[in-house]
Amino acid sequence: MAMSEALPTAATPARANALQAKAPARWQDFVQLLKPRVMSLVVFTGLTGLVCAGTPVHPFLAAVAILCIAVGAGASGALNMWYDADIDAKMRRTRSRPVPAGRVQGADALALGVVLSMFSVMLMGMALNWLAAGLLAFTIFFYAVVYTIWLKRWTAQNIVIGGLAGALPPVIGWAAASGTVPLNAWLLCAIIFMWTPPHFWALSLYTSEDYQKAGVPMMPVVAGAASTRRQILIYSLVFAPLCLAPVLTGLGGPAYLAVAGLGGLVFVLLAIRLHRSHAGEAGAQRKDAMLQEGGLYDVRAGAKDARNLFAFSILYLTLLFATLLAEHAMAIKPLELL
Amino acid sequence: MSDPANESPVDAKARRGRNIALALGLVLFVALVFVVTLVRLGANVAPPF
Repeated sequence: MAMSEALPTAATPARANALQAKAPARWQDFVQLLKPRVMSLVVFTGLTGLVCAGTPVHPFLAAVAILCIAVGAGASGALNMWYDADIDAKMRRTRSRPVPAGRVQGADALALGVVLSMFSVMLMGMALNWLAAGLLAFTIFFYAVVYTIWLKRWTAQNIVIGGLAGALPPVIGWAAASGTVPLNAWLLCAIIFMWTPPHFWALSLYTSEDYQKAGVPMMPVVAGAASTRRQILIYSLVFAPLCLAPVLTGLGGPAYLAVAGLGGLVFVLLAIRLHRSHAGEAGAQRKDAMLQEGGLYDVRAGAKDARNLFAFSILYLTLLFATLLAEHAMAIKPLELL
Repeated sequence: MSDPANESPVDAKARRGRNIALALGLVLFVALVFVVTLVRLGANVAPPF
């Protein structure tokens, strides 16, 4: 992966075609099409749903279910990279991806996405059940077609509605284990769904130049930084109490209550600080105010609050699901699995 | 796709890597379906005693 990242990048389709002959596609490039980092988050939340269902599942079939969720997410990533190659080429964060860099042809990314989608859905249906397979197929369709092709370039609400695709894996995991999708499964979905806007908008407050260049109507580009910060605060005020709901339904225990309560408080405090800051505004991006933290995107002084909320949002969601996973995994008796 | 007869050593190495990865993927899928079948069948067969 490191070698492929070191390869020259292309900013235009013509440059991409010129590089095509110089840099042949390697298998690592096809792995990169599957967005391994996104895949790992999806595997984690899907596993949490599967374990929280509390239904004994053969360990091998449980592993197959997680593999199908991972491959389905990877297929969505490949389809996304196929369709978004033109805007990926314009953004610093994405221009070294295999398709815009010219290492993999768009048609090959499309073929990989379609084939892996079919394999993952069919295997999920055969190994577990067709409810889980149907939900997986819907998730792939929602991410690749509804979000990538339709919403992303059309509305500033793209990541709000499109966030459903990222929120469904725990529901798929739950369905794979039990064949049902009760309220608690949808509660996990709702938590990720409400987490997505503050998470992505905090990120987009300090990457909005890229989105603007690519013509993607992210909230800071369309509504401005102040409106985005206000909406982040509103979503955070709904999200933090929602994280406590699993305690009321019996899904979360005392450890979860502590993590959700304390973490939710920090989340809201960071959102308030961000709301009061000037993150995302032109004045906050003066070079003399830049902090020397390195990385892909320099953290400007005014945008530091956005960066803090973005980083904490990842930690908080991970802790929430890890706590649920630990509480329910400890309740499993090994012999029940077989 | 480059012409296999005229490809450079770099191209040939990349193609070989892709082919091996594809073969491993297909073998893994066949093995998965085989074991899934055994597990699913096993779950539906009554124990002998």
